[in-house]
Amino acid sequence: MPKTLFDKVWESHVVDRMEDGTCVLYIDRHLVHEVTSPQAFEGLRLAGRPVRRPDATIAVVDHNVPTSNRGERIAEDDSRIQVETLERNVADFGVPFFNITDTRQGIVHIIGPEQGISLPGMTIVCGDSHTSTHGAMGALAFGIGTSEVEHVLATQTLLQKPAKNMLVQVDGTLGAGVTAKDIVLAIIGKIGTAGGTGHVIEYAGEAIRALDMAGRMTICNMSIEAGARAGMIAPDDTTFAYVQGRPFAPKGEAFDHAVAYWRTLPSDEGAHYDAVVHLDGAAIPPMVSWGTNPEAVLPINSVVPDPAAVDDEAARAQMVRMLDYMALTPGTKLTDIPVDVVFIGSCTNGRIEDIRAAAAVVGTRKVAPGVRAMVVPGSGVVKQQAEQEGLDRIMIDAGFEWRDAGCSMCLGMNPDKLKPGQRCASTSNRNFEGRQGPGGRTHLLSPAMAAAAAITGHLTDVRDFT
Amino acid sequence: MQAFTELTGVAAPLPLANVDTDKIIPARFLKTIKRTGLGKNLFDTLRYDPAGAERPDFVLNQPAFRHAEVLIAHENFGCGSSREHAPWALLDFGIRCVIAPSFADIFHNNCYKNGILPVTLPREVCDQLMEDAALGGNARITVDLERQLVIRPNGEEIHFDIDPFQKHLMLNGLDDIGQTMQRAPAIDSFEATRVTDQPWFPGISV
Repeated sequence: MPKTLFDKVWESHVVDRMEDGTCVLYIDRHLVHEVTSPQAFEGLRLAGRPVRRPDATIAVVDHNVPTSNRGERIAEDDSRIQVETLERNVADFGVPFFNITDTRQGIVHIIGPEQGISLPGMTIVCGDSHTSTHGAMGALAFGIGTSEVEHVLATQTLLQKPAKNMLVQVDGTLGAGVTAKDIVLAIIGKIGTAGGTGHVIEYAGEAIRALDMAGRMTICNMSIEAGARAGMIAPDDTTFAYVQGRPFAPKGEAFDHAVAYWRTLPSDEGAHYDAVVHLDGAAIPPMVSWGTNPEAVLPINSVVPDPAAVDDEAARAQMVRMLDYMALTPGTKLTDIPVDVVFIGSCTNGRIEDIRAAAAVVGTRKVAPGVRAMVVPGSGVVKQQAEQEGLDRIMIDAGFEWRDAGCSMCLGMNPDKLKPGQRCASTSNRNFEGRQGPGGRTHLLSPAMAAAAAITGHLTDVRDFT
Repeated sequence: MQAFTELTGVAAPLPLANVDTDKIIPARFLKTIKRTGLGKNLFDTLRYDPAGAERPDFVLNQPAFRHAEVLIAHENFGCGSSREHAPWALLDFGIRCVIAPSFADIFHNNCYKNGILPVTLPREVCDQLMEDAALGGNARITVDLERQLVIRPNGEEIHFDIDPFQKHLMLNGLDDIGQTMQRAPAIDSFEATRVTDQPWFPGISV
């Protein structure tokens, strides 16, 4: 029977199957960070259980870390305690760890692929919903809760039922100024924030195949925003070229053997999908979110929607609430919305390619007066690479802050936060109420669009930006 | 984990769809190394104004619902982050059961791990239950896991489906790590096969 990419990776990791179909699924890589792990390690201690496979586990600090004055004591007590707790836990249990001063430190979903820790065909988990990012490698990667973190630490497995298969096919060639971020926002706008619930999404089609690995990671990263358990893209020559030579990737003959296996992973001709969605890549414009969940997106050349035009009562009420929170008036052109803050970074768009795209838009221009604009590289390695390319100079000269690696303003867990009422053009993944700080207002968009907004001081169609 | 068998209590109606985990417990409250103590910040931004005072119109601030044990909501409850702090906050407040037309996957799973029963029922049934719930202490709802029933104050019994394995764990309050540990020999032999068949996966050491 023809199988999907998901079927193949799933089946090759089933250790045991119970009568009701629940599987004991083997986990190849477990990524650990400071926020969702303390209670899991505590659970191991209380039960007297060891970490079964420290060598399949990697820990890093990212959510809490300040993105400036690296190496200084973290001022906020509870953030520092969480970081110190992870340091103690990795020492006690012998888990490999990138500490705050290590160049390899960064957002957990940036460093996995970057270090060659996340590889095609693997099962990868982390106590973080954006673990779906690693699916871009052709891996099955998904977020888990802290109880499951403990379960994986103790057993290197999870109890899971197979997901359904969804194919999202994006054909055609993207227009100028349109990026992976616009594709995924368009997908979520089409299928909704629960459109992928119970499914693993496989992204395919010409527009996906043409993306580099950074773009593929951006797309898989936001699978969770469509409610999907995971997102995957079949590994191909682009993937193998990316993997080759990375610090923890197989080397020499082992790499060749691995590639031979990875070539067997793409979905078979005629494989069954429980749901299929088509998008025309050529018809996708640059997208921006206007509301407080990631399905509330529109093409940048649209106007703020009008609740009066919505028939369903519940949907109308939700729209009214969103517009109220976002302080937007129906009919306003999206390009007339001013921004206070621009954030370029996060596990969605904190890779070197994203910073290059932003710098290309910025050129020799300056950030608009009154706008706070910041670039937060996704890892120390990304930061170093950008500095070697001189991208830091372009951004700093324009008036951007050039910061250290971390989750930063994607979520309000470290000093980088919006103030109440501030409006932010953000390359992150969630525009929930208060996500970037209590009372903060988020517009999700691509790095190129964010850079354009920083220069003009309002949301801007990057295609008109000359 | 505390077993869940049968619960009769006050249900709080929360007629909102897409209640995300940032709404259930904002990220700034995740800086704890414990599982307990999050109840006071459950639904923080809905529950308190920016100065920290209770918003009197929010359901859990109303006297009848301050000790609610059941929460009834609309579609896609618990979407967003994987933070288990969301069910921990619900549990710490005293919520043992959430009823909604649909749940986000990770949240749904996290509920089971903490002895919170997620019950999926059609939207119109949830709306009926919300009407019941609005009567507060005068209309207690019963949730019977063994028989898979939600019992309305008028005695009407509503059946719900649940994964049999999760039901077994919930009814008996079983720790699923213990369950998996019983299969250690299968994990050992799987690992041994993997080392021979796919020797290219290097271990991580930094």
